[in-house]
Amino acid sequence: MTSVTVRQFFRSSAIEWRVIRALLLREILTRFGRHNIGFLWLFVEPMLFTLGVTTLWTLAKSFHGSNLPIAAFALTGYSTVLLWRNMPARCIGAIEPNLSLMYHRNVKIIDIFSARLLLEGGGATISFVVLSIVFIATGVVDPPEDVLQVIGGWLMTAWFGVSLALLVGSLAQESELVDKLWQPAAYLLFPLSGAAFLVDALPPTAQHYLLYLPMVHGTEYIREGYFGSRIRAHYDLSYMAFCNTLLFLLAMAKMRKVGREVIPE
Amino acid sequence: MIRLIDVSKYYSTRFGSTKVFDHVNLRVAPGERVGILGRNGAGKSTMIRLISGAERPTSGRIERTMSVSWPLAFGGAFQGTLTGLDNLRFICRIYGVDPEDKIGFVQEFSELGLYLREPVRSYSSGMRARLAFAISMVIEFDCFLIDEIVAVGDARFHEKCNYELFEKRGDRAMIIVSHDASYIREHCSRAAVLSAGELHEKESLDEAFDFYHRETALAA
Repeated sequence: MTSVTVRQFFRSSAIEWRVIRALLLREILTRFGRHNIGFLWLFVEPMLFTLGVTTLWTLAKSFHGSNLPIAAFALTGYSTVLLWRNMPARCIGAIEPNLSLMYHRNVKIIDIFSARLLLEGGGATISFVVLSIVFIATGVVDPPEDVLQVIGGWLMTAWFGVSLALLVGSLAQESELVDKLWQPAAYLLFPLSGAAFLVDALPPTAQHYLLYLPMVHGTEYIREGYFGSRIRAHYDLSYMAFCNTLLFLLAMAKMRKVGREVIPE
Repeated sequence: MIRLIDVSKYYSTRFGSTKVFDHVNLRVAPGERVGILGRNGAGKSTMIRLISGAERPTSGRIERTMSVSWPLAFGGAFQGTLTGLDNLRFICRIYGVDPEDKIGFVQEFSELGLYLREPVRSYSSGMRARLAFAISMVIEFDCFLIDEIVAVGDARFHEKCNYELFEKRGDRAMIIVSHDASYIREHCSRAAVLSAGELHEKESLDEAFDFYHRETALAA
């Protein structure tokens, strides 16, 4: 009995992976095409964003509450924002243009979301890694003190982004309001997300309230991994994990409901 | 075997929940060819989407113990910016078939030639329909679902499609939905009529046609 269940699980996983891979390749082709640098845009675009912000902050000698080089600050901060903020944006309205694909029984909305999330998360990650290597090689930034901690923080932030994206994406299928509200929300959350400041530099009251936002914990954790002893980071990963789990469960419930009701075009 | 057990479908609309059909029961054995007749709006396409598994019933169960195709006459899954070849590869990947062996067949059958490597948005509607049909013949199923008449291209091409589907795949089960009684008569051994939210299964084809024509006359 168990061996049958296990076999079924592996067979289902194989189908799942096949479908997501097909959607992923299709998504790459439709989004980036075969012209000029093609799919390199996947990470060149976020790189340009991060580079632009780094330049801007450097020129403006922007205040960020520490004596760390601004480039290092922008690299860690802005890359992290891109990671969690772009995923929901890509999942809003993801179902509508792909409705006709759902004529194929094995294509479910979670597959459409997964393909987009893999692509988005992959782009942000490659951009962060490539820029880190370039900045480190040219001596703009010192190598991270604890690479594993950076990876851990990055994964936590990705988990947050994925959960939020699945929830927002499913909700958007039911109400257009979500799309309208997400834009200003994402814009307003950016300065509050810990990308542009260290929590330690803020007054205690502000710290208290800001630490309710899950992504602040991820950003702080990544920064500690990068700069180690040079800063005093404030985070509580168990709180972040709790928020992520909650968002993820809500997203699963919502997605199940939307998936039952979706009508292929 | 495909079994529909007490299947109901409701859609929520602005004026409340509306019934498409309820308590539908149907059995299709391997190799059987079943026609479902219905007028426009009777719920034929919904029925075929439910059987294909693309959509879920509101209540009831659908069991499939043989592999079931997607609704066949359908050619909408094409991404216009992608080439015909990209679209073929996509379908093959979803069903776990190696696309490279199939390119030759699709190129020849669809009569697209080099256009297979051009974006689908540059195709005429006839070219699209030919590509759609060719691609649906690439994946093999035990049961094919056919939505309305597969009227693709000119008479000669239509002939080719009929041969490919009904002759070469004569041993497969088929479920055909149509409003056209003569099409069902030509290809099916058994028929049911979908009318006023109910599926009426009849003993013989003639009984089904009589019933269908009476219903149609009544409504007119």
